[in-house]
Amino acid sequence: MSSSLNSVNTSSAGSLSGTAQRSYREPGPIVIEIEEVTKLYKMGEEIVHALRGVALTVRRNEYLAIMGPSGSGKSTMMNMLGCLDTPTSGHYHFTGKDVSLMSDDELADIRNREIGFVFQTFNLLPRSSSLQNVELPLIYAGLSPTARREKASQTLRAVGLGDRMSHKPNELSGGQRQRVAIARALVNNPSIILADEPTGNLDSKTGEEIMQLLEELYALGNTIIVVTHEEDIARHARRIVRLRDGLIESDLRQS
Amino acid sequence: MNKMSFLEIVRMALGSLGVNKLRSFLTMSGITIGVFSIIGVMTAVSALRSSIETGISFLGTNIFQFGKFPVTGGGDGSQRRRYQLRRDITLAQAMRYQQLMAGNPEVICLKAFDQEGNSQAVYNGRKTTPGLSFGGTNEHFLAANQFSIEQGRNFTTDDIELARPVILIGQGILKKLFLSESPLGKIIKIKDRTYTVIGTFAEKGTQFGKSQDDIGVVPLTRFLNDFGSERVTINIATQAPSQLAYNETIERAITAMRVVRGLKPEQENDFELYSNDSLIATFAKVADAIAAGSFVISGIALLAAGVGIMNIMLVSVTERTKEIGIRKSIGARKKNILIQFLLEAVAISLAGGVMGILLGVAGGNGLAVMLNASVIFPWNWAAIGLLVCSGIGVGFGFYPAWKAASLDPIEALRYE
Repeated sequence: MSSSLNSVNTSSAGSLSGTAQRSYREPGPIVIEIEEVTKLYKMGEEIVHALRGVALTVRRNEYLAIMGPSGSGKSTMMNMLGCLDTPTSGHYHFTGKDVSLMSDDELADIRNREIGFVFQTFNLLPRSSSLQNVELPLIYAGLSPTARREKASQTLRAVGLGDRMSHKPNELSGGQRQRVAIARALVNNPSIILADEPTGNLDSKTGEEIMQLLEELYALGNTIIVVTHEEDIARHARRIVRLRDGLIESDLRQS
Repeated sequence: MNKMSFLEIVRMALGSLGVNKLRSFLTMSGITIGVFSIIGVMTAVSALRSSIETGISFLGTNIFQFGKFPVTGGGDGSQRRRYQLRRDITLAQAMRYQQLMAGNPEVICLKAFDQEGNSQAVYNGRKTTPGLSFGGTNEHFLAANQFSIEQGRNFTTDDIELARPVILIGQGILKKLFLSESPLGKIIKIKDRTYTVIGTFAEKGTQFGKSQDDIGVVPLTRFLNDFGSERVTINIATQAPSQLAYNETIERAITAMRVVRGLKPEQENDFELYSNDSLIATFAKVADAIAAGSFVISGIALLAAGVGIMNIMLVSVTERTKEIGIRKSIGARKKNILIQFLLEAVAISLAGGVMGILLGVAGGNGLAVMLNASVIFPWNWAAIGLLVCSGIGVGFGFYPAWKAASLDPIEALRYE
């Protein structure tokens, strides 16, 4: 698979919305390393063991699906991987740095620069245009207005929304909204893209288009983690990790 | 590593205010009212003060005046009673004073005005409104009160000595009673007495909201004959011959008044002396009291407005929990969120403040113009107002902003 686009963020021409063929790339260095991580919640009087000792290693340029029924610890895993939460015990190293010891502000910086979130409900700011939404991470990163405008519009063009930059979310279709969200996730050149049920709010055809887009991003060298309970979605990934009752049940590579 | 620029946050904060225009406006108006009242009063007071200091005089040049009552009417009940218990200044005393001061200075104006306030002039079926300034005086009234004759003549000493039934009228009476005909030589009726018009005053306009043109004066002797000299107290205005002789003249005048009033050396003066200086000082005291009062009221209003801001910011934080979650998930630090919401509160408060200042300056100057003072812009009060508004915004906005900044990103993202 040879794409003319080496990286989404350096390409100003062309769109990623075409059809990509299934490719496989050799994983690179370790991005995420989790050891014996547990997570306890207090729900009223009860203590919930969301994770009971999980170990996971994710390398650069992997395409990973995390699966499991509700209550399996999937969401907790996702929050932890996204540095929205820290483990109760165990270690989480993100590109070598120990996340479990980080302050709120350091975690915010990691989320800003290293992680691109794609949510089931898109989570765009409703009163801001596509361009403004994609610019937001760059604002918090401290880029100048001209630099971020250029970078944001470039990324929007790359996901095929070059003609929708000044549209607000309610003027876009679900698939377009998710593309804006993906552009926002990509814009800061993150180490991983973390997608939580990215097609959950889309019809199957649009969902398939979004999965194609992720496929292309993977082909371009991005690291992608998809959290889902749908087998059809998980099948796109090269590796499937199944969780049950806070433990990893299986971790399988597929071609 | 996070160096989001201040300008960005300002833009964000202002953007979110526009979303809820009515709500922002209502919250803002609380501040506007508080700032308006303080700035309005301060503008009016400053305008009056500067006008008084730079020209408007209560009295003519180098003039001081004796009277039974102080100019403000004299403080609280017991003090007022003390003034009431003083003997009236009688015509005999006033004339004795004139004798003692004879020759130098030349201008000594005696006057006594009707205190009932229901004087009405009638001519040929036409009437003025009741409430004229009506009184008796002498030929020095013009000089002592900065009036001038437009038509006819001033009183002569004969008019005064013979107590002739003649009258000088202001433009207010003239316009009401004599539409086009000449008033000179006509006989008008005030309080059932008749007087021949011998002259009219040139227009004076208003001072402190009171028309100076609704006035009629007759010879003091005539006034006392017609309305009795019981319970009438005479004011004596004396004009020093020059600025240099002013203090010396006051000294001599006080001595003369003490002689006239038959005071022993150890007794204190049983009359009031007022001059432009003392009137300005009195005015300043009144102005300070008004300023202090409006300060307290505005302070309370601003406090209430501040609580309003806090309330609306708390509502806003709750409504925008999801937005906060999104911002945090893509890398907003606590500080970014805190400043964003803090600035929103400050922006509401400042916008209210600016509006209050504009309205207050307009209102205060309107009042000042009505009172014949010049228009000013109170820069110092405006600056203090803006400072106070920023303080209110930060003070009352801090808790909601801190609450927003401390939200857990996962909880906030899950919020619907």
